[in-house]
Amino acid sequence: MTTTAQTQTPSAKSASAAETAKVLSRPSRSFWRDAWSRLLHNKAAVAGALVILFFMFVAIFAPLLAPHNPLELNSGKGFLPPMWVENSSTGKAGTPEFILGTDNLGRDVLSRVIYGARVSMVVGFIPTLIIVVVGVSLGMISGYFGGSTDNLLMRLTDIVYAFPDLLFFIIVMTALRATALGQFLNGLFLLFVALALVNWVGVARLVRGQVLSLKEKDFVLASRAVGAKDTRIMIRHILPNSLGVIIVAMAFLIPGAIITEAILGYLGLGLRPSTDPTDIFITSWGSMLLEGQTAINNQPWILLAPAIAVALVVLSFNFLGDGLRDALDPRLRE
Amino acid sequence: MTTYLIRRIFWMIPVLLLVALITFTLMHQAPGGPWDRDPSRRQVDASTQEALNKKFGLDKPLFVNIEGGNPLDSQFFTYVGNAIQGDLGPSYRQRGRDVQDILFEPPKGKAIWDSRFGYSMRLGLLALILAAFLGIPLGILAALRRNTIFDYSALFVSTIGISVPSFVLAIFLIIILAGQLNLIKIIQRDWSSPGAWLVPAVVLGFGTFAYITRLTRNSMLEVMGQDYVRTAKAKGLGGRVIITRHMLRNALIPVMTIMGPALAGLITGSFIIETMFGFPGSGREYVTAIGNRDYSMIMGTTLIYALLIVLANLTVDIMYGFLDPRIKVK
Repeated sequence: MTTTAQTQTPSAKSASAAETAKVLSRPSRSFWRDAWSRLLHNKAAVAGALVILFFMFVAIFAPLLAPHNPLELNSGKGFLPPMWVENSSTGKAGTPEFILGTDNLGRDVLSRVIYGARVSMVVGFIPTLIIVVVGVSLGMISGYFGGSTDNLLMRLTDIVYAFPDLLFFIIVMTALRATALGQFLNGLFLLFVALALVNWVGVARLVRGQVLSLKEKDFVLASRAVGAKDTRIMIRHILPNSLGVIIVAMAFLIPGAIITEAILGYLGLGLRPSTDPTDIFITSWGSMLLEGQTAINNQPWILLAPAIAVALVVLSFNFLGDGLRDALDPRLRE
Repeated sequence: MTTYLIRRIFWMIPVLLLVALITFTLMHQAPGGPWDRDPSRRQVDASTQEALNKKFGLDKPLFVNIEGGNPLDSQFFTYVGNAIQGDLGPSYRQRGRDVQDILFEPPKGKAIWDSRFGYSMRLGLLALILAAFLGIPLGILAALRRNTIFDYSALFVSTIGISVPSFVLAIFLIIILAGQLNLIKIIQRDWSSPGAWLVPAVVLGFGTFAYITRLTRNSMLEVMGQDYVRTAKAKGLGGRVIITRHMLRNALIPVMTIMGPALAGLITGSFIIETMFGFPGSGREYVTAIGNRDYSMIMGTTLIYALLIVLANLTVDIMYGFLDPRIKVK
């Protein structure tokens, strides 16, 4: 900013001064471009983002990538070990046909893991989008206007924080599983609703805190002085300045949702396993953990493959989240 | 401080009531009644069902009794009233046993810590002790050797510990230790030897260990930059005295305050680990109840867990008040 000011001062008429100013000035870079380049310099965050992109690709193109139909029962080929094992505890040898082996019914483990990525990605992103839209709007209103809305929000947060969230998901999924709501989208819809119900409060509280400090800033006062209305101040001034915090919060909500789905799936409360090959969501990593736990000796890969997948995705989101936080809020860097 | 605490304690009542109300409402959305839910047993005929409903007060209105004289004479308030007196009602599945007996009653001739809840409590405590005794020194050393390879390794381990969910770790350890190396049994039946407890406790406590490490490190770094540390150095005090008397005393305050919630989290969050290791605690009982659709058991356990968490959160505020005189709460 100072360099542009220099070039415009009338005193800088002499050619040499203008020349110097030209050399000193660089195209003004926005905050977002700075953040972007900071993010690109963070190796862990870039690696995390690449892994996430890879799993998103796998989720979208699952039917093209899966070597087998994930529902196909290969009778007589149950509990095959992965292809690199020559003699498993069941006395069978792996074949390149089933790279990660098969489960008790002879279904291909790799194909099921590939299809499982769909559920995890959807469970990660969709509830998070709902949470952010609801949480941000209510948090902004609550922080900006204060008053009884604000009080209500704070009391609500107290209650939600007291309810152990995993127990809440378990209760919702147990109680409403048999209802029409619980059967919609193989039970995923109910999970979205439950996740959103619990998590929007945290985002709202976070945004509220941001708004409380931002609305006292001079640029808000300046904007009001030139006659801007409340909605304009909120959308044009406060929202863009809270965006960094919101993005970081999203990056940590997504892995939380993925872990929740895996735990619920393991308890038999997640996705309803499908037998219909036209379904988009056939199996989830959590359901695979449940199916595989009895086969821990015979074919550990039924468990290992989804466990590795969950760990990889969650770790990647955490690395990306850490990177985003460092990039978007340089003050937090040590 | 006192008024604040009293207000906090009273605030627990509506919070717990709401948790009970939400759980109660949701559990009543579940299909079927308590008498027709067990398909393996002979179904109860209609007249017996009616008699049973009367006996257990299930003929009463759900929330508010409009007709009767007493509006609180409803299923919900009866349940809450009984729960306050320590009666969580009969289990729908384990005939003849009450929920509180399943959770808290030890086997004959044993002490209370041999009950289901006692087992979970001891596992949670062991996990917390492991996490604190490894995490605090690691965090301190990482902060003192900031930006060395030691610091980076500690940070890396704690990032993994915070992000990788404990059940994934459990799967890896079970497959390696039990499946490949035969060091532990996959389904442990004998929990009398301390060695059997070690693996589940390590798995359970790993996330907390990672969190404590990170918290200690960050808190130490913050304290190291404070003026009173510089003053102590200027006075010529020895490194050890500065670290123990000046830094640790202050740096460990946030670590101490999270111990309560951490323990509550470990006790209430252990159900997956308990199930995976076949550990006879209240968490595994909870998972079994989910599988059996034992609604009264699910509800009772949820209430106990919520109470634990609310109490643990309360300890944070109390401990801050005692440990850090700079903090004055309104």
